[in-house]
Amino acid sequence: MLTSEHITTWIRKSADEMRDNRGYLTELDAAIGDADHGNNMDRGYKAVLEKLPDDNDVGAILKAVAMALISKVGGAAGPLYGTMFLQAANALKGKEALSSEDVELLLKSSVDGIVMRGKAHAGEKTILDSLIPAHEAYKEARAAGAELIACLDAATHAAEEGMKATIPMIATKGRASYLGERSRDHQDPGATSTYLIIKTLYEAASEGDAT
Amino acid sequence: MKKLINNAEDVTVEQLKGMALAHPDMLEVRFDPNFVIAKGAPAKGRVAIISGGGSGHEPLHGGYVGIGMLDAACPGQVFTSPTPDQMYEAAKAVNGGKGVLQIVKNYTGDVMNFEMAADMLRADGIEVRNVIIDDDVAVKDSSYTAGRRGLGTTVIAEKVCGAAAAEGYDLDRNAALCKKVNVKGKSMGMALTSCITPQNGTPTFDIGDDEMEIGIGIHGEPGAERMKVKNADKITEILTTHILDDEAYTRKLAEWDVDKGESVDVEVVDETFQSGDKVIAIVNSMGGTPISELYTVYGKLHELAEKKGISIVRKLIGHYITSIEMQGVSITLVKTDDEILRLYDASVHTPALNWGT
Ligand SMILES: Nc1ncnc2c1ncn2[C@@H]1O[C@H](COP(=O)(O)OP(=O)(O)O)[C@@H](O)[C@H]1O
Ligand SMILES: [Mg+2]
Repeated sequence: MLTSEHITTWIRKSADEMRDNRGYLTELDAAIGDADHGNNMDRGYKAVLEKLPDDNDVGAILKAVAMALISKVGGAAGPLYGTMFLQAANALKGKEALSSEDVELLLKSSVDGIVMRGKAHAGEKTILDSLIPAHEAYKEARAAGAELIACLDAATHAAEEGMKATIPMIATKGRASYLGERSRDHQDPGATSTYLIIKTLYEAASEGDAT
Repeated sequence: MKKLINNAEDVTVEQLKGMALAHPDMLEVRFDPNFVIAKGAPAKGRVAIISGGGSGHEPLHGGYVGIGMLDAACPGQVFTSPTPDQMYEAAKAVNGGKGVLQIVKNYTGDVMNFEMAADMLRADGIEVRNVIIDDDVAVKDSSYTAGRRGLGTTVIAEKVCGAAAAEGYDLDRNAALCKKVNVKGKSMGMALTSCITPQNGTPTFDIGDDEMEIGIGIHGEPGAERMKVKNADKITEILTTHILDDEAYTRKLAEWDVDKGESVDVEVVDETFQSGDKVIAIVNSMGGTPISELYTVYGKLHELAEKKGISIVRKLIGHYITSIEMQGVSITLVKTDDEILRLYDASVHTPALNWGT
């Protein structure tokens, strides 16, 4: 189970990663976008930390995260990640702890949120290219009987692979699409921040001894 | 980086504070969330016109708030789309009961943030129409990109729709007018140098001393082609030819379907330029190009248009939609008809456009 404390730790760890990788994410965005992704994510997660509620309801925590991101990130990433957390919040409303099945739902509703807002598909060099593999790897691991932490470990590896797999892709959505062929050979900033979000979920679960 | 700033984090807010003090007769500024509203808001008995986008494109959009143009503008961080709560609060402040038209430049982030704002406003029972401006002919393709970006036609759309609101056009008629301006307008820009955003402190893209980027986007997005720098006449010819020879561009744009109560994708086709057309022209500095050079560009543009039988009946030459201090120029041509010309000529009092009684 992941408790609401695990979830809060996850969000704090994500915020730390966004702060530490602010320059890196912005550099990735400078290559194929407009050099603001790290600034946007760091500003957003800083606002999230201020708004984290003292609540046992995971849905309420995720909703607070969504609202802070929507009102502070801006750009494409703001509505995308905002909608992602909002969909997850709706799916998990009222839960004080997440079972392994609930975490799968967290990932699935996250994918749904990004697709709903951005109307992209896998392979377009976006957030989805690390998020969809993360969800699928989690699902497969769980179906094969793995424990929650092992499932999240598989998801993290898949997200990392997915992030790296964006390097040879040609962007067809978002600002990077204007580069056409020239978007090749660069890692997508959004897929990279998504990897950090999945990785910190795994870390929060494993360090917090989730069972 | 050398800039006239205090702290990089404060540039947006400090600029807004200065604006409020400079133009108390035209506008007011609100903070947290940040937006600019016209003096005398709400827009009682008429449609309210709102726009917004990242900062760094001044005078777009705040400089077009006042009488006869925008009722509100929502500035994001430099080059970053504004957030939905800005548009939501701005719309509530200016809505006079006849609904809100949001004019949105076609950038993924802008489109999504304005969509979320529209959803929030509709949940409060406020009628909203979002109209997208996508006039940048440098982008050829709509299926493998996010589509043409919004450039100078935005300024003309804001002017004309603001005047139409003052004349009493209802929301749907005003939205239809905005769409009409969009399919009649085409733009293209170029850059000689990159700009530097205050928060990054380094150039957004690298460009050699002897190079230029043709078809640049207003955030330094790359364009159609990187080439060796040419003289003003040649550059003007490249941009003008792309605009005048552009074929009917077809794409799908999201539109609010009143009966279905949801957003639907509608196919939209641009008009093309023909001999005999009367156009409004903008010769726009990307920020760092001086007026003297803009007039050189205008001279050549005028000659090229005449050769094609197109007459420039109104013109704006100066800083209208910029990229901070980037050196470069963009050209916009908007085909007019009687309605567009009448509304364009109607009086306007904003920091950046000011004419009539
Ligand atoms: N339609 C979309 N669906 C999913 N992700 C997208 C979409 N469009 C853009 N992105 C993601 O957004 C990231 C850019 O975010 P950011 O730089 O914050 O916004 P902006 O492009 O407005 O500056 C890209 O790297 C990409 O992963
Ligand atoms: Mg960006």
